[in-house]
Amino acid sequence: MKILVCLKRVVDYNVRIRVKPDASGVVTDGVKMSINPFDEIALEEALRIREAGDAQEVIALSIGDADCQQQLRTGLAMGADRAILVGTDTAIEPLTAARAILEIIKREEPGLVILGKQAIDDDCNQTGQMLAALWDRPQATFASKLQLAGDKATITREVDAGLEQIEVDLPAVITTDLRLNEPRYVKLPDIMKAKKKPLESLSLGELGVTETLGLQIEDYASPPERAKGIMVGDVTELLSTLRDKDLIG
Amino acid sequence: MSKVLILAEHDGSALNASTAKCVSCAADMGSDSIDIAVLAAQTDGIAAEAAALTGVTQVLSVERPENAAPLAAVIAPQLVALAADYDYVLAPSTTFGKDVLPRAAALAGVPQVSDIMEVAGPRRFKRPIYAGNAIITVSVPEGSKIFATVRIASSRAAPAANEAAPITAADINASLPAHTRFVGLQAGGGDRPDLQTARRVVSGGRALGSSDNFDLIYGLADKLAAGVGASRAAVDAGYVPNDMQVGQTGKIIAPDLYLAFGISGAIQHLTGIKDAGTIVAVNKDPDAPIFEVADIGLVGDLFEVIPEIERALGG
Ligand SMILES: Cc1cc2nc3c(=O)[nH]c(=O)nc-3n(C[C@H](O)[C@H](O)[C@H](O)COP(=O)(O)OP(=O)(O)OC[C@H]3O[C@@H](n4cnc5c(N)ncnc54)[C@H](O)[C@@H]3O)c2cc1C
Repeated sequence: MKILVCLKRVVDYNVRIRVKPDASGVVTDGVKMSINPFDEIALEEALRIREAGDAQEVIALSIGDADCQQQLRTGLAMGADRAILVGTDTAIEPLTAARAILEIIKREEPGLVILGKQAIDDDCNQTGQMLAALWDRPQATFASKLQLAGDKATITREVDAGLEQIEVDLPAVITTDLRLNEPRYVKLPDIMKAKKKPLESLSLGELGVTETLGLQIEDYASPPERAKGIMVGDVTELLSTLRDKDLIG
Repeated sequence: MSKVLILAEHDGSALNASTAKCVSCAADMGSDSIDIAVLAAQTDGIAAEAAALTGVTQVLSVERPENAAPLAAVIAPQLVALAADYDYVLAPSTTFGKDVLPRAAALAGVPQVSDIMEVAGPRRFKRPIYAGNAIITVSVPEGSKIFATVRIASSRAAPAANEAAPITAADINASLPAHTRFVGLQAGGGDRPDLQTARRVVSGGRALGSSDNFDLIYGLADKLAAGVGASRAAVDAGYVPNDMQVGQTGKIIAPDLYLAFGISGAIQHLTGIKDAGTIVAVNKDPDAPIFEVADIGLVGDLFEVIPEIERALGG
């Protein structure tokens, strides 16, 4: 079985996001970029499945501009066998990403596609679900545990009510939650080895996918700031402040 | 004429409070009609609750044994079949809505607007990105159906109506897949107030140090009739179940009062509490980032502060 893993290049989660003064976007110049943390978890899961002997090959896929090669190289250093970059210079929507991934699926025929549940830049939380719909296959979103048994998988999902278990037939789409695993650190020799692993580039157009945008982003704004708070000296003062605001009895 | 269809969320017997919030968001869109779709194995009680919300025009009830569990692969094709005559299809931005709606949108061939926090005009919406550190205004061109999830912490709940809307049984011709099967649900929370609707929430972080120590948080919460939340670190460490996590990847909540004990205030956590009325932070580190957003801050050791609060509250 092959496993396809999608890696999105995003602003690192530790960066403090600033909106550009002209409201046209957020500042990304000179900002640290990384693999979307949820996608890193997706890759880690795929590698563990391969290491357990349940898959033969792990393919890392990214969609975006040429800079995404950095994240694909990191993915190869973590242990992916090969990488595919679908090139596009415009920011694309989840539906377009799903259409592009579907074209790669048709070529590679993976048994599992694992993606992060959301990308921490646009926080859309859509791509995996859309892909599963277009592919007409099962989806198991927000996975915190994945067990394979033959041509089936049992997934524990983190839902608002607790932990849900579902069983799906393969092939299927899995999206990861944070507690699925802890991704490994990349070791220096692996970075060297990764340079020799195959990285194929093709364009969205070559896949027959158009970049039309269904949604228009009009502007970006900073969130409203909360009013400056106060510090209290002790519990008595804390409780009397809360009583004054009628927040406790 | 613009018509809205809302996908009801429920647990098989009762309507989830998130549905009433979608109704008020739909009302903000200036729609001419607001219908609610209830898909369940037994719809009667849920449909009656939905029909009783102010602003609802009609409830469509789809009763099938396949709808016993909330499986996206099963619900999405039915929702798309129902959505044929609607301009907007809404679902709450809960794990249920986030799971189902993108699948339905893709089946319908249209993009989705996630987490509407404000209706800015006809076909214009504000939504958070980057864990709420930026807000974008998105517009959807005329002529395309709009699929959107509603950020429930941003919406008020539609109140109960004087007169109930009619409930219609809807027959849908959609073939449902058998490739996805529900196995079970292990419910986390006990009988404390629901985190997402509680007026007060007491939350604990890594500093609690163990699940036994978390009893301190539960005890105070019970005294205040509050829901209980936690940081990711507390969940990861196994002190509390996952459904208590507050933040970018947990629950986004908007209680009147949020009390954070031993939580540093990482941006991913703060995302979940930005809409809280009053944020109280207790942390022993005076430089903890949580104090930058707290309305009331107290530097102190939670293991001393919580018992002191309990004593002061008495009874
Ligand atoms: C993609 C991604 C998504 C994430 N999503 C979430 C999310 O949804 N929710 C979330 O919470 N986090 C999330 N995180 C994690 C987040 O970045 C932080 O790691 C986490 O919130 C830290 O939890 P904490 O504040 O409990 O722990 P810490 O950061 O370790 O803070 C503990 C605090 O307790 C204080 N303290 C210690 N002892 C005491 C004492 N005795 N009395 C009082 N104070 C004390 C310390 O001063 C410190 O400030 C996410 C991270 C990533 C990368």
